[in-house]
Amino acid sequence: MANIETLNTTAAASDAVAPKLGEGPRGARPRPALSGRNIMLYGTLIVAALYYLLPLYVMVVTSLKGMPEIRLGNIFSPPMEITFEPWVKAWAEACTGLNCDGLSRGFWNSVRITVPSVIISIAIASVNGYALANWRFKGSELFFSILIIGAFIPYQVMIYPIVIILREIGIYGTLTGLVIVHSIFGMPILTLLFRNYFVSLPEELFKAARVDGAGFWQIFLKIMLPMSLPIFVVAMILQVTGIWNDFLFGVVFTRPDTYPMTVQLNNIVNSVQGVKEYNVNMAATILTGLVPLIVYFVSGRLFVRGIAAGAVKG
Amino acid sequence: MTGQAQAGRPNKLLRNLNAKIASIPMILTALVIFVGGTFWTVFYSFTNSKLLPRLSFVGIDQYERLWAAPRWVTAIENLALYGVLSLIFSLVIGFMLAALMDQKIRFENTFRTIFLYPFALSFIVTGLVWQWILNPDFGVQSVVRSLGWTSFTFNPLYTPEIVIYGILIAALWQGTGLVMCLMLAGLRGIDEDIWKAARVDGIPMWRTYLFIVIPMMRPVFITTIVIIASGIVKVYDLVVAQTSGGPGISSEVPAKYVYDYMFQAQNLGQGFAASTMMLVTVAIIIVPWAYLEFGGGRKRG
Repeated sequence: MANIETLNTTAAASDAVAPKLGEGPRGARPRPALSGRNIMLYGTLIVAALYYLLPLYVMVVTSLKGMPEIRLGNIFSPPMEITFEPWVKAWAEACTGLNCDGLSRGFWNSVRITVPSVIISIAIASVNGYALANWRFKGSELFFSILIIGAFIPYQVMIYPIVIILREIGIYGTLTGLVIVHSIFGMPILTLLFRNYFVSLPEELFKAARVDGAGFWQIFLKIMLPMSLPIFVVAMILQVTGIWNDFLFGVVFTRPDTYPMTVQLNNIVNSVQGVKEYNVNMAATILTGLVPLIVYFVSGRLFVRGIAAGAVKG
Repeated sequence: MTGQAQAGRPNKLLRNLNAKIASIPMILTALVIFVGGTFWTVFYSFTNSKLLPRLSFVGIDQYERLWAAPRWVTAIENLALYGVLSLIFSLVIGFMLAALMDQKIRFENTFRTIFLYPFALSFIVTGLVWQWILNPDFGVQSVVRSLGWTSFTFNPLYTPEIVIYGILIAALWQGTGLVMCLMLAGLRGIDEDIWKAARVDGIPMWRTYLFIVIPMMRPVFITTIVIIASGIVKVYDLVVAQTSGGPGISSEVPAKYVYDYMFQAQNLGQGFAASTMMLVTVAIIIVPWAYLEFGGGRKRG
């Protein structure tokens, strides 16, 4: 049991959303702590948890070792001598093709892609969801259905027509183009999210505002927006992780100097030239995973709600 | 219904104008990108476009060539194998984890945080980590060998016959947390009284799960299957990061075939035909589900 305690205290420390007291399983806690059933139960859970944690652990220890130590040894052993050089190298010196300025460029590209994409897609989808919930017009449900069905079409089917459209406008290969693409493909799920949320709000609120003479934008800005902050946070979590983790659109719609972080990471690690520096690769991998991981650990329950919202249709 | 905005203006088009303006992006996306783009691609899959799309029709030539290509056949076989296994294992592992989590355990939040964090990571990160762990010279294989079992062989990423299992391991690590969460939500939706009744009747727990709880969770299972399945068809980044389709062509998948033919081999016609086949695959999954969900749903009220 000591084992359980130590594991959980360390893990609980990293769990930023540490359980609000009083929440959790319902009902009285049954049975003594050390029954055979409990040992089986917690044993299985801990083994599973270790399996899930293993890759993260391997990433971290590998990134802290020097290359000689990696060649000698065991990927699971902790570093004998901790070095942060691989991190520095991954951030500032790692090469992709001719550029040797590390992942930092990809990081800033990703920031420049993610921030506007998140803002634009949420702005469009929230207003749209509000219109679909409260201001239905002829055909609105039809277009919405097409949008939702469209979410299941593989991106590969629609990529080339978009390439042509962007090329015609003259923004193919730019960050602007990629931002537009992310806004388009974020639309189905976000619109669904907002529509369902606004539908669930009491109708009387809307009606009272209408009677008082408020218009479309007034009701949205003064009544709906202040009431729907949680759903905006959920949408942000969904979009930040989704867009940051995207690879396909990045590789199709940008050029080498505007590659987002994921694409650059893949090019660094899977490049065939030169000696493989596994510690630098792992440092780069953690750096790329860091943003969504931070979002995940900070947002906790809301993240779960976000993906559940993404999962539950209609 | 709500709204309808009886502004009483004479012009029908101008009525509810703000809502229509707000919906312009949605309407454009739905019509131009989703409907237009899809038809465009299907249409051009019957041409022999190479570097640029051209309107010279060749009938179903591209499809014949596609199905004659060993690389495409491998890709489809991989997708089928990976799809079936990933569906089964995700459901089984996800459900079992959820069932364990539902035993009124302590530290539930901690466990959930651990099981779900891989889902926040991208497929690229997932693929690269597992590429490293499964590395034959440094990873699991070498560690086990250094413990004394020198003939131990576990090298999926460089063995064509089993490379798809190497990808499966990574995919399950990344995705089972989500399935667990969905299942857990489903389990929490089951009425406590069902459990009480089963306990009173002396039905063993596993039988309660198998014959009472799982059938009751049918909607959750269907949603989960649709989510997993539509993810499977799109699998691309993971393969690119972990194996780049190798060794040789043994871990190719359809999505990668499409990308390679459209943007690298300059053979657009093939890419269009392959992506149309992907669309057909999705339709095979989605149409029965939509029928069950919306067609049959009316009877259930």
